[in-house]
Amino acid sequence: MAEKKSIIEEANKKAAEKMISARPVLKDVRPAEDVIPNMTKNTILHAGPPITWDRVCSPMKGGILGAVVYEKLAKDFKEAESLIKSGEVVFSPCHHHNAIGTMAGITSASMPVFVVEDKVNGNTIYANIREETVKALRYGFYDENVQRKLEWNAKTLGPVIAEALKISGGIDLINIIAQSLHMGDDGHNKNTAENALFALKIMPFLVKTNFSSDELSEVATWMNVDDRFISTAVMAACKSMCKAAEGIPNSSVVTVMCRNGTDFGIRVGALGDAWFTAPSPRVEALYFPGFGPEDAGLDMGDSCVTETAGIGAFAMAAAPSMVEFVGGTVSDSISYTKEMFEITVTKNQNFTIAYLDFAGTPTGIDIMKVVRTGIQPIINTSISHKDAGVGQVGAGMTRAPLECFKKALGAFGEKMNV
Amino acid sequence: MIVKNVVWKNRYLDSLKLMRISNTTAALQGVEKVSVVMATPLNKQILKEVGLYTEEGEKAKPEDMLVALSLNEESQVQSVLDFIEEEMNRVKSKVQETAGYAPKSLELAIQNLPDVNLALISVPGNYAKHEAMKALKKGLHVFLFSDNVSIEEEIELKNYAETQGLLVMGPGCGTAHINGVALGFANVVKNGPVGIVAAAGTGIQEAVSLLSNAGVGISHAIGTGGRDLSDKIGGITARQGLQILNEDEKTKVVILISKPPGKKTVLALSDAVKQMGKPVVVNFIGMSEQLPLGSNAVIVDTLEDAAFTAYELIKGKVVPYRTVFTRNPEEVSNRAETEWEKMQDEQRYVRGLFSGGTLCSEATLVLADYLSSVSSNIPPRPELKMNDTAKSEGHVCIDLGDEEFTVGRAHPMIDPFVRQQRLIQEAKDPKTAVILLDIVLGYGSHLDMAGALKETIVKAKSIRQEKGGYLCVVASVIGTDEDPQSLKEQEKKLTDYGVVVMSSNAQAARMAALIVSRGKIKDRLYGGK
Amino acid sequence: MAEKKKALDLISRPIKAVNIGLDSFVESLKAQSVEVIHVDWQPPAGGDDKALDLLDRLESL
Repeated sequence: MAEKKSIIEEANKKAAEKMISARPVLKDVRPAEDVIPNMTKNTILHAGPPITWDRVCSPMKGGILGAVVYEKLAKDFKEAESLIKSGEVVFSPCHHHNAIGTMAGITSASMPVFVVEDKVNGNTIYANIREETVKALRYGFYDENVQRKLEWNAKTLGPVIAEALKISGGIDLINIIAQSLHMGDDGHNKNTAENALFALKIMPFLVKTNFSSDELSEVATWMNVDDRFISTAVMAACKSMCKAAEGIPNSSVVTVMCRNGTDFGIRVGALGDAWFTAPSPRVEALYFPGFGPEDAGLDMGDSCVTETAGIGAFAMAAAPSMVEFVGGTVSDSISYTKEMFEITVTKNQNFTIAYLDFAGTPTGIDIMKVVRTGIQPIINTSISHKDAGVGQVGAGMTRAPLECFKKALGAFGEKMNV
Repeated sequence: MIVKNVVWKNRYLDSLKLMRISNTTAALQGVEKVSVVMATPLNKQILKEVGLYTEEGEKAKPEDMLVALSLNEESQVQSVLDFIEEEMNRVKSKVQETAGYAPKSLELAIQNLPDVNLALISVPGNYAKHEAMKALKKGLHVFLFSDNVSIEEEIELKNYAETQGLLVMGPGCGTAHINGVALGFANVVKNGPVGIVAAAGTGIQEAVSLLSNAGVGISHAIGTGGRDLSDKIGGITARQGLQILNEDEKTKVVILISKPPGKKTVLALSDAVKQMGKPVVVNFIGMSEQLPLGSNAVIVDTLEDAAFTAYELIKGKVVPYRTVFTRNPEEVSNRAETEWEKMQDEQRYVRGLFSGGTLCSEATLVLADYLSSVSSNIPPRPELKMNDTAKSEGHVCIDLGDEEFTVGRAHPMIDPFVRQQRLIQEAKDPKTAVILLDIVLGYGSHLDMAGALKETIVKAKSIRQEKGGYLCVVASVIGTDEDPQSLKEQEKKLTDYGVVVMSSNAQAARMAALIVSRGKIKDRLYGGK
Repeated sequence: MAEKKKALDLISRPIKAVNIGLDSFVESLKAQSVEVIHVDWQPPAGGDDKALDLLDRLESL
């Protein structure tokens, strides 16, 4: 039953192959301004598609202003805001700089970032390192505690990991993701196994660094306290996979999905850097005690890069516990992954799921399949409070807005001259 | 009474399920009327006509679901909506139980069942061609149950299919048998040497049942869709079907059933028939002229005769079979007399209420051979057209499966409601003498139609009896003992409550004519036309 | 020649079916032990005819 593949199908097949060929390795930790393309002392990076200041949501505003103060560009939020409004300080999407950030995704010049290299496809991706577990810039929170933690990140955490990585030659992230999917992780909201595996792999090299045992102890302790420490490096690995699929002519495969708390944005292979946005959706969630739907902000963060690369909610069958956030059953979690097979190009045999008889994860979201079937990509995510400075209020499930895909389809049609 | 319209965006359920849910919901306390439909222009029109339409409903788009309610109290609305949601979930779980994992796309279905070779398509008509073309492009043969497919779409599908050596059975094909597998509304029959090509669903059903019951089985029955033999289509599927049966070693005799083909198609068909190395029994319903089909062709008038002629050919005989009644003529006359002698003079007419279109056409023609003023809503000849389908005049045969009768209700082979209503209506007409029915068994049909019609028939007879007079009911049951409903049991049930059960559709029509004519046509029946 | 083979193909191999639309057909096929997979059909492109038309044109490239 061999049918002739259309040029789009051929292009998409290539895009998916490229994604699967990626071999992102965590090589280094460096200050953002030293490594991130087009990063200046006056640039603050944020998650999601580009946005104007008047539309930025409260937690992201808090995060950006906090970063301006942290970088000592202003002495308080008021001054910080006037610098933003005057344009002396610019804010820009992480994605415009080969970077990704979680929740508000706040990345500023002096912050240490994970450096993830994919030699196979020749790209390098950067990811900020999480500051605090709860009250942090990524939720729009800034105080002396956050400042202290950020300073420690720059002075100790970053350099220690950097040296350990140098000695190790780099830690293969595909390996870690693949193993963790067999250990109950989904790679987006559940990273405990990834974190443990990373800690295990880096340990022999940590102990060989020239840092004091106190410093090493602080770093090791921190990796324990923040059980999602490595998650942003994993996000970078996912972006590296997606980056390999960028710029393939005639391809309708999604290369970016991200949100800034106001808008949800996607980019598509053949359409290059064009953004297709729609209002960011609400998240169907389980709330922490004391919080409810009225407290929730809209979906935010670059973290759905994991779903774009085929893990996260796409691999829910590997991490059935995620479905509890929406009152589902284990068989629901399997159904969700199966549903994602309907809108993707192929199955990634690097990342297999035991409960599906070791089928690979759904990889290469095709906008044409999304619009035709009406099946929207599913995302598991944390939810920020709608106001800056409060923090996470719950976690749950949402779907990428169909409007983004319909807009992209229209543009794709024009590009393909039909 | 409050009328409310609630729009549920971007939701879909097929019309059969929506009808069932509407019916269940209508039984709730305080609910006067309820209709849950997809908000298509047609459905909106219907809602307007029954007074269930509001401004809210206007906003609904065709891809949205529209819940239209009239109830006693505003406060009940939410609980009714909740009930409907629950019903939808229940229905979805039930589908999952029966069907198991059900992907949303054909691509994924093929991934999960890689050597699939046949697609059965029963989606709404405006999407049918799209889905059928997709299936054909994947190299699948298509059983196209959907109707409301335009003739241009049918031409496009069949032209493409022909270039790929694929079969499109349909549109509007409800029945087929391939390799011993019954597709759609079909009966459980034996495997054997008779192959059928038919543009007639219930035509296939009667032919295969009669043959199987007589001990001769079926190789394949290929449905072509009702329009296939019209000149616009030119018999593409019919010719493919004949070719298949010609090359199939298992098939020894072929039956071809259709309403009269277009003039050009007859020529193409006759070439196809002549090239066959097997006898072909031809029943072009309503066409009795001798057609130049070839020396291996035998032309018959009824489905029953097609079946029994094929039977005779299998046994090695050559004469076309012509049935009048299979029972002893004396027996038949006596039975007929016991029916008509209780009638009043004004009771003059046969009222046929059919679930099968082909059976209705055949009965119309049989009646028209012996009676005058015969008409039908699906006239096999233009002069037999019924004036007012809502009110019977003279002898009528009504196909209740026709579109105008199936709005908001399932097909009469599945749902007895419309037939029950019309039966009572006819019973109340003092001119009605005989009600003529077809009971079609098999997969997909109601599990106990004889049981479902009992109350109605008993009531109808008593309505007539109270006015003096007698209402006769004549029926044929199309099916086999192996069918889910069991032929024997259905026939017995009907006989037990006074129905005159005949062993074929044509015989039932003849019996009805005999009774209504008070025996006057007896000689013509046996004397041949 | 290939065409003839294809058509005969329907009757020379066991039926393996995909059912698109009413699930009632699945029941009768399963009762006959036929391998069948049911497609949970929804109007393509959610009933958006413009999008569907664009999709069809793109797919025929």
